[in-house]
Amino acid sequence: MSLNSLWEYANPKKFIQTTDRVLPWVAWSAALTLVVGLVWGFFFTPDDYRQGSTVKIIYLHVPAALMAINAWMMMLVTSLVWIVRRHHVSALAARAAAPVGMIMTVIALLTGAIWGQPMWGTWWAWDPRLTSFLILFLFYLGYIALWEAIENDDTAADLTSILCLVGSVFALLSRYAVNFWNQGLHQGASLSLDKEENVADVFWYPLLVAMAGFVLLFIALVLMRTRTEIRARRMRALLARERMGA
Amino acid sequence: MRDIRLAMRAGGGFGLGLSFFLIVVVLVPFGVGPQSALLSKIAPGILWLGALLACLLSLDRIFALDWEDGSLDLLATSPLPMEGIVSVKALAHWLTTGLPLVLVAPVLGVLLNLPEAGFLWLTLSLALGTPALSVIGTFGAALTVGLKRGGLLLSLLVLPLYVPTLIFGAEMARRGAEGFDITTPLLLLAGITCGTIALLPFASAAVLRVNLR
Repeated sequence: MSLNSLWEYANPKKFIQTTDRVLPWVAWSAALTLVVGLVWGFFFTPDDYRQGSTVKIIYLHVPAALMAINAWMMMLVTSLVWIVRRHHVSALAARAAAPVGMIMTVIALLTGAIWGQPMWGTWWAWDPRLTSFLILFLFYLGYIALWEAIENDDTAADLTSILCLVGSVFALLSRYAVNFWNQGLHQGASLSLDKEENVADVFWYPLLVAMAGFVLLFIALVLMRTRTEIRARRMRALLARERMGA
Repeated sequence: MRDIRLAMRAGGGFGLGLSFFLIVVVLVPFGVGPQSALLSKIAPGILWLGALLACLLSLDRIFALDWEDGSLDLLATSPLPMEGIVSVKALAHWLTTGLPLVLVAPVLGVLLNLPEAGFLWLTLSLALGTPALSVIGTFGAALTVGLKRGGLLLSLLVLPLYVPTLIFGAEMARRGAEGFDITTPLLLLAGITCGTIALLPFASAAVLRVNLR
């Protein structure tokens, strides 16, 4: 079997066939890396000398935050592909990724709050990073709501992909605006300990594994949801045809 | 295109946004208490937020009426480019909503005990920022034009897009009121307004074409 280009997967049938074979592997390796990464992180790393055992929430927090942003990036790419080449699988993949990305955003916000309570002494602070994640959550919400609101599939795909493009620009703008805004409020409050900076190798390796696990988990979930969307759409088409015939 | 503007003006809803703005501003002291020091501190933010919400309130009118009586289809088949139609719609929305808001904002500033230095900058920041609000709102209205329960969805879609404008606008008004340097937020706000006016009509037009298909 030779594949000439990536676009062959844009054929829904081909996509289903290929993912039939790939999906179990992705799903199982996601489960494996997640278990290894999280167990390693939770039970076999020393406590941080300053933060105690609370540091271990990093193994959920950082990968979730990573995927929350990358899910939007993926939606941006698939939306572009839909606008330019009009492959239905692409639009459906964007649709499938949105709720997953939103849940990742929620996980990142919640674990951040749980960590922030003992460490910063507050559940929530209007720190630039926290605020931009909240805004990202709102963008996900609007995007999903628009998908739900429109009945015609192609119209919905068109409108949401344009919203995704415009939203991306505004999300970036908001990111920088929020940075600026908080500096304006209290000059350089060093509320956020920069995480990457002071992570030692002991914490870094299990974190890497956990991040890989989240990436795989995301891929598996999106593939699964995309297949569901394709099949649901095919079923609707079949039902419509049957009604026409009867 | 002149007649569209006239129609929008005659079409009512002109005073509605203004009254809403007034009521929001009047309600705030009831909510936070009448201490004038506190009020003058939050006045720029409240005025910006009130203007933003008043803008939001009238957004679904931009296309709804024309959509219902079919004149939007006529406009779409006319030789005018869709981008032009969208821009003029945004301009009409700004003239009927944004401009009056800018003009009454100083008066409401008195109610909220806005510091004297702030009036000029508040008015200027609103004058600079409200066109961006109208243009972004037109994009949202174009997205939701055909939907039955579009109003709530419209707010959900448009409010996150308003974040940068609100931040820079309110920041500029606040710095002005407190006597700080306002150059940076002024430039950034102007940049956002120019950028949205230049680029967003293309997105709005594309969206409208999809909705009219």
